Amino acid sequence: MRFFEDLEIGQRRELGSFTFTAELIKKFAAQFDPQRFHLDEEEGRKSLFGGLAASGWHVGSVCMKLLVADGQRQSKEAAARGEQVAIWGPSPGFRELRWIKPVLAGDTIHFASEIETLRWSEKRPEWGIAQARNTGANQRGDKVFSLLATAFVPRRSAGA
Amino acid sequence: MTLTFEDFPPGHFGTFGPRRVTREEILAFAAEFDPQPMHLDEEAASRSMLKGLSGSGWHLCSIMMRMMFDGYIGRTASLGSPGVNEVRWLAPLRPGDDLTLEIDVTEARVSRSRPDTGIVTFKGMVRNAAGQALCEMVSPIIVQRRAAVAVS
Repeated sequence: MRFFEDLEIGQRRELGSFTFTAELIKKFAAQFDPQRFHLDEEEGRKSLFGGLAASGWHVGSVCMKLLVADGQRQSKEAAARGEQVAIWGPSPGFRELRWIKPVLAGDTIHFASEIETLRWSEKRPEWGIAQARNTGANQRGDKVFSLLATAFVPRRSAGA
Repeated sequence: MTLTFEDFPPGHFGTFGPRRVTREEILAFAAEFDPQPMHLDEEAASRSMLKGLSGSGWHLCSIMMRMMFDGYIGRTASLGSPGVNEVRWLAPLRPGDDLTLEIDVTEARVSRSRPDTGIVTFKGMVRNAAGQALCEMVSPIIVQRRAAVAVS
């Protein structure tokens, strides 16, 4: 992954796509969010969603999955170039999560992440704090998901 | 009895749990959705900012969702949620934690666009057995009003 110094406001990463099958939607819902419209096609059709819909927490967790995979790809590339690999810190949270449109069984969602703000941590000088707008759009190009995430990113000067 | 908009006046709503989170659950969720070393590997986790194996924040949010479902959403005339205003991950989720969830209603208003529903905003705070705050979540849900449920 990249160091704080390598990040710029407006930088966008395409994170790849994920297909929410009925089977995966029901599996996540059964464990964490067993509301009827996440478990049953007929109940989904009768609901505001208009079909079997993925739990919003499933959509967010898949976005995290693709973010981590993208970071691991970047780390591999950096290591292959003989560069030092940055290990990102934990996230203190997120804001403005919007489940804009339902993610229905069979939908393929493409996720992306764009840097919105960058600042140094006052309490931890070896870390920077980045905010990124993570979004998902379905196969028709409709935006379905958005959030503003915060993460601790290591500064190059600290570890180098 | 199905809970409707009228059952969620602003103020303290309830306390739910405890819910035990096992190491196996933490590792399984992390392997599927958040395979960072701090969530998967003891050795790497001990060197991380969180100083020990911790659960994914998305896992903790998903567990909060399940605790809300078991506590009240499962018997509420809920139509879903438009999003989450804010989540703050305050301290790491650890293997073996027994979680308790406190729920407050911070706002309840009738929807202008769909007057047979209301929008109830909840603040959820999850704590471990020592009372340490792990995560705070502020999120609205859309709930049917009693008259609408009686008709349907």
